[in-house]
Amino acid sequence: MILTCKELVELVTHYLEGALDVETRARFDAHLAECKGCTAYLEQMHKTILLTKRLREDDLAQPARDELLNVFRNWRA
Amino acid sequence: MHNFSPYDENDLVAALRAGDESAFTQIVERYHANMVRIASLYVGDVQIAQEVTQETWVVVLHSLNRFEGRSSLKTWLFTILTNRAKTRAVRENRYVPLEDSGELDDEPSVAAARFRPESELEWADHWKSNAKPQTWGINPEAHVIAGEVNSVIASAIAALPTHQREVIRLHDIENFSTDEICNILQITPTNQRVLLHRARSRVRHALELYFQRSP
Repeated sequence: MILTCKELVELVTHYLEGALDVETRARFDAHLAECKGCTAYLEQMHKTILLTKRLREDDLAQPARDELLNVFRNWRA
Repeated sequence: MHNFSPYDENDLVAALRAGDESAFTQIVERYHANMVRIASLYVGDVQIAQEVTQETWVVVLHSLNRFEGRSSLKTWLFTILTNRAKTRAVRENRYVPLEDSGELDDEPSVAAARFRPESELEWADHWKSNAKPQTWGINPEAHVIAGEVNSVIASAIAALPTHQREVIRLHDIENFSTDEICNILQITPTNQRVLLHRARSRVRHALELYFQRSP
């Protein structure tokens, strides 16, 4: 059974996380080999993940930090 | 001041037990913001989430001597947090299980209009020729990324439903493992992957629109 493009886009995270069963993975790879659109789509998802990984968290707001330091000092005392 | 990497956890625990303030500051900076957001998922209110997180730090400090290192410090910390947050949410009648949140309802990763209709028989559900994804001319591993790209991603993540947002943050930004995320959010690996996939699909869509405007 041939995988359609519409089916393939739902499986991309499973594919990238190595969570597809052997048979589905083979169908996925066979589809990719013949489909430029899906190859570009997979590459877009891969780049999305790499770009997301470059984001960094904001620093903790100062008031919360001061309050917690008091908690710590009280505990230590 | 000694900087503890996530890997020298024994040193970190020993320093905390010895009352080392910089060790405490570091662990707070590493996890506090995540803890507040995760508690919010359970209690649905930032104020209450902050209270629960603060209580968690108190409990953690007072239980440090009983911590035996059978799980990682991080897992132990988040287990205390989620248990307290869940108890509080149930008590205040605010607990909404993921299954009731609507976030697992069917939702296509790509708009159905981009695929060919059933009438095209063997080509049904393949990309329409004018709607095929295009290669993006950006190399995330080599380029300095424009601040604009980061804003596009940050806004897309901010607009996600709560569980999807937390899963993509923990998994792709904070590098938590799938096991850790499943424990913290008390969800199955399958649901974790569904949420991650939906979150990434929406961020991809936002980036695609951005790159179409500014290639």
